[in-house]
Amino acid sequence: MDHDDHGHEHGHNHTHQVVPSDLALRVKALESLLVEKGLVDPAALDTVVDTYERKIGPRNGARVVARAWVDPAYKQRLLTDATAAMAEFGYGGTQGEHMRVVENTPDVHNLVVCTLCSCYPWSVLGLPPVWYKSAAYRSRAVIDPRGVLREFGLDLAEHVEVRVWDSTAELRYLVLPERPAGSDGLSEDDLATLVTRDAMVGVAKVTGPAAGARRA
Amino acid sequence: MNGVHDMGGMHGMGPVPYERDEPVFHAPWEARAFALNIGMRAWRRWNIDAGRYEIELIPPAEYLRMTYYERWFVRLVELLVKRDLVTREEIDTGTPAPGARREKPALTAERVASMVRNGAIASRDVPVAPRFAVNQRVRARTINPAGHTRLPRYVRGRTGTIERDHGVYVFPDTNALFLGEKPQHVYSVRFTTRELWGEQAPPRDAVYLDLWDDYLEPA
Repeated sequence: MDHDDHGHEHGHNHTHQVVPSDLALRVKALESLLVEKGLVDPAALDTVVDTYERKIGPRNGARVVARAWVDPAYKQRLLTDATAAMAEFGYGGTQGEHMRVVENTPDVHNLVVCTLCSCYPWSVLGLPPVWYKSAAYRSRAVIDPRGVLREFGLDLAEHVEVRVWDSTAELRYLVLPERPAGSDGLSEDDLATLVTRDAMVGVAKVTGPAAGARRA
Repeated sequence: MNGVHDMGGMHGMGPVPYERDEPVFHAPWEARAFALNIGMRAWRRWNIDAGRYEIELIPPAEYLRMTYYERWFVRLVELLVKRDLVTREEIDTGTPAPGARREKPALTAERVASMVRNGAIASRDVPVAPRFAVNQRVRARTINPAGHTRLPRYVRGRTGTIERDHGVYVFPDTNALFLGEKPQHVYSVRFTTRELWGEQAPPRDAVYLDLWDDYLEPA
């Protein structure tokens, strides 16, 4: 490993590791072999990539959250049986087969992690970001959740109960964030645009329409 | 196994590496490595637990050095060989063995949408009685299986409370080793952070884990 090509940009380096330069070639060689053996169809691989690059992502989860904010009956269904409530939108399937939604309130803040690998609700958030999969997040979210949240700019009051959900089984978790102040007049569609991936993992709150800059 | 993947509670891993407007894949090879895993899983020659276990078998120093999709790639190569879909020699030479039969891909482009939509259900509709009830106090067993387990080290021996009974699910410890599904109840178990980390931890906070019957004993 080259020690000099690895500048440490605070908060911006998406990986601390250096990928061997031949990895892209090894992946390509494996694909060629598997295609030649008739084990994979390159068009199917294209479709898989396209599905997760363009079709399935945090916009799905945002629609679920916005619906829960405007429709109390839907919210109740979501908290009782999230899998069925998400199926009303057609969301489910791979890594969303068994869903649970946990609700943030002024007194409770929820945070989702998978310490053992990187389990994540693909069906409503898409594939997980690098930080969620990082050793830093996986190791620390359970022992120092408040410290992790401070790193994300969220300083929780002492009276707030922090609940960390370690996704050790096949249940996948989505946080239902608090509806932001100043969003009373917004439509369900407009509300959905405020909901961020980070808020649905529990490392951010949803900010109101006037608050400006948003994260992913 | 007590591997480095079981990192809940470890120190020294640095700040969380946040990237704004992160792309789904950082390079084309990541996308291909991901899709190859999905395409080959469609052959049903291994299950999700075996797939996770194969990543855990990557030696600790290698595991920490590798990026996520590099682990996926290495795991795929190992499983292809172990499950007799490809030989080591074919991997090394990059060409099919002489006389190898040509298969028909298990996953076609037309089938991707339905495969994603259907997923893989891990619950089982079989009559298995729960060993514990909601609000019951339980202790996570002190066990150290050398194979695959979803019982993290940081809760072993700790006492918690059953918060919800999720129903009956495949048991990863046996399923990962192709020893059967051994369906049993999975519960959401609440552990206070003081129980897990000691008196310095905030008094109100808690960590919830989804744990199988075989991981628990009455407290």
